[in-house]
Amino acid sequence: MSNSPAPLVLEHTPGLQHHFADMEQQRNASSLGMWIFLGTEIMFFGGMFLAYLVYRMWYFNEFAAGSRTLNLLVGAVNTAVLICSSLTVALSVRAAQLGKRTLLVTLLALTILFGLVFLGVKAYEWDEKFTEHHVPGYSFHFQPESPEKPVDQGHAQIFFSLYFAMTGMHALHMIIGVGIFSVITWMAWRGRFTPEYHTPVEIAGLYWHFVDIVWIYLFPLLYLIDRRPHG
Amino acid sequence: MATAVSIAPEREHYLNKEYGIRSWLLTTDHKRIALLYLVSITFFFFIGGFFALLIRLELLTPAGDLVQADTYNKLFTMHGVIMVFFFLIPAVPAVLGNFLVPLMIGARDLAFPKINLLSWYCYIAGGILVLHAMLTGGLDTGWTFYTPFSTAFSNTAVVEAGLGIFINGFSSILTGLNFIVTIHRMRAPGLTWSRLPLFLWSHYATSVIMLLGTPVIAITLVLVVLERAFHLGIFDPTRGGDPLLFQHLFWFYSHPAVYIMILPSMGVVSEIVTCFSRKRIFGYYFVAMASIGIAVIGFFVWAHHMFVAGMSLYAALIFSILSYLVAVPSAIKVFNWTATLYKGSVSFSTPMLYVFGFIGLFTMGGLTGLFLAALGIDVHVTDTYFVVAHFHYIMVGGTVMGYLGGMHYWWPKISGRLYPEAWGRLAALIVFLGFNLTFFPQFILGYLGMPRRYWQYPPEFQVLNVLSTAGSTILAVGYLLPMVYFLWSMRYGELADDNPWDAAGLEWKTSSPPPTFNFDETPVVTWEAYNYDELPTPQEVHVEQ
Amino acid sequence: MSEHILPSKLYWTIWAVLICLTGITAWVATVDLGPLNTIVALLIASGKALLVVLFFMHVKYTSEKLTRVVIISALFWLLILLGLSLTDYFIRHPGIAGGA
Repeated sequence: MSNSPAPLVLEHTPGLQHHFADMEQQRNASSLGMWIFLGTEIMFFGGMFLAYLVYRMWYFNEFAAGSRTLNLLVGAVNTAVLICSSLTVALSVRAAQLGKRTLLVTLLALTILFGLVFLGVKAYEWDEKFTEHHVPGYSFHFQPESPEKPVDQGHAQIFFSLYFAMTGMHALHMIIGVGIFSVITWMAWRGRFTPEYHTPVEIAGLYWHFVDIVWIYLFPLLYLIDRRPHG
Repeated sequence: MATAVSIAPEREHYLNKEYGIRSWLLTTDHKRIALLYLVSITFFFFIGGFFALLIRLELLTPAGDLVQADTYNKLFTMHGVIMVFFFLIPAVPAVLGNFLVPLMIGARDLAFPKINLLSWYCYIAGGILVLHAMLTGGLDTGWTFYTPFSTAFSNTAVVEAGLGIFINGFSSILTGLNFIVTIHRMRAPGLTWSRLPLFLWSHYATSVIMLLGTPVIAITLVLVVLERAFHLGIFDPTRGGDPLLFQHLFWFYSHPAVYIMILPSMGVVSEIVTCFSRKRIFGYYFVAMASIGIAVIGFFVWAHHMFVAGMSLYAALIFSILSYLVAVPSAIKVFNWTATLYKGSVSFSTPMLYVFGFIGLFTMGGLTGLFLAALGIDVHVTDTYFVVAHFHYIMVGGTVMGYLGGMHYWWPKISGRLYPEAWGRLAALIVFLGFNLTFFPQFILGYLGMPRRYWQYPPEFQVLNVLSTAGSTILAVGYLLPMVYFLWSMRYGELADDNPWDAAGLEWKTSSPPPTFNFDETPVVTWEAYNYDELPTPQEVHVEQ
Repeated sequence: MSEHILPSKLYWTIWAVLICLTGITAWVATVDLGPLNTIVALLIASGKALLVVLFFMHVKYTSEKLTRVVIISALFWLLILLGLSLTDYFIRHPGIAGGA
């Protein structure tokens, strides 16, 4: 934090907003602001994690059976896609730090591409759920895996309610992330970022990594409840 | 704001810097945004008050003769939703906090001025949705939205109202985010944490609650909306859902929300009580830490709203003990404010009258909260008017008194005018009398067994209900008076100088109203908070003039 | 936060570890470890999250203590939400309001 009284008229440092004393203060404020926002997002998703915890405890069989209808390979590949996107985000921040504009734009565009791939795969998975009648509501029907393992239809609906709510909320955050990165990519292409000023890339990156982390937890919680053979 | 011409003809300040609707609707000046909020929350206060009036009119007679039962459900629901989400939560932080936080810190604006404006638009968008929901079918679930009634059985605009409150929640989150970053990153040179006015400590604590709690009600409302719109089964008992899960999620926010409502007013009290005792606050660190303590412990007590809902008895015991614990920091504050008065040079200005009202009424409200925290008592008085009286003592006797006291105290700074002091004191007395007449009978009614949210009642409760309704009309007069004389003062009030109260605090070191960028030069702070022993007494200041 | 320019090799290494952990967690889920399956899955997920936070989000390299305070506070509050709610669910009288 600057300790000298701020002058009334500031030289026009590109990107410096006038209520800040200097770029360092602005950067620290922006970074803290994004981290606090991510903290609120932890609590936001946390509500759904509580619901998941309670019902998984109560209805483990239906949760496990429901989980087994999700395609493990597709889920794992999608997880890998997001991890790749986090890599390109981290590399893009580095490119911005080094002032490499072309590399920066390429990496940002790749990030968006990975994000869209993830969303496309998600759409495919949801479509599968629709055709299998695993959407909660009037046309829901969950076929038990075998006659020895009966399934309560209501409890199974709760699993899928949470599946759609959690992956849907995550996908919404991905869509927002793609939107944000589109703006950032355009700004980068227009040459708005320098080694001295690339805060938007950093804080957009923080958001993207957070959305990746949510999926890192969603994957085992939704896809890997009980994949043991004869489980 | 056509009054600017008569305020300060030569000097430029934030009100006359620019004119026109765009300069207000697209402003990023925290002071203008505070006024945008002031107008909007006053508007919603009147709507919420209108519903209260209808409720009290219905309850004049034991029979349900003014409105139908379903309509009555809508009345108390809308009263609660509007008052909680669109008045009490934003009132002090979004009006006084937005205006004062940068000034008290010695900054030019909040950390994120555009996000500040966005927060107001979130508030307005949410408000429009809720008002529309109200006009096209209403809402009858109670402001508490309990499932499965709200998800499966209510025939009212639950989805729209839920979405409106969800969007409004972003207003809270963005405001809290702005305050925390500002207080951490933009303090003037020399303004260490131990020199911060307690108003800032309480707004910091409030912001922590806003940030950690609001997202949980956001997701809860989203789940209710999804369940209602897409037939999900998360709260549906017929499919194995647990209605208590909704209550846990709902109250995880809504209990700390009451601390969002009271902490800023407590901050106001600390500022006013020191100024009108001409003394430093007694136990500065205790009061500051008590604010943090309230914010933290306030998150551990939510299930005391669920004692009779079917939750585990052993968990109820845990929450009961924690609820006793949360009263301790509040009590510390009350002791410290009282000790500040001791041997102070006390004057009974309008803000100080509101502070006295606050200290007394908040104490009563807080103590009755302890009654409710005791499981044995709660079983008898829960969902009765005892609870209604308890929370109105805190929210109206506490928060609204603090808000009005703060509005009077900082009015000269905000508007550059003095309000008429005699009218101010009169209104404060009317508010105090009207409030007690309205709500004290409700303690008795609840203790005697009158349930809340009932549109008709046994005849033996009528006398107390009539007293309560009579009180509410007096209270309404008390609230209307400041509206009238504040507006009057903007044109005809005496011009205020920089520091009409000779108060401590950075906000009083700039002009009234302040210039757009608050200070001509960034101040450098070399004094402790509330240094009234170093400041000249009002007599000295005015004699010299 | 932007003062530290990390070598790209570090990012690629972390990426490789994350991909491997993803594969491991998917594979381990198919092995019968009894109650340990859930614990291992969550531990691996937390390990991956930690790598993203420390390296991709630069938390290991920042001198800003407040960042850590924010993260830990949010996680602590999440635990309060989950933990205190679960006190109700763990010790309810069996048979009331569902439960397996």
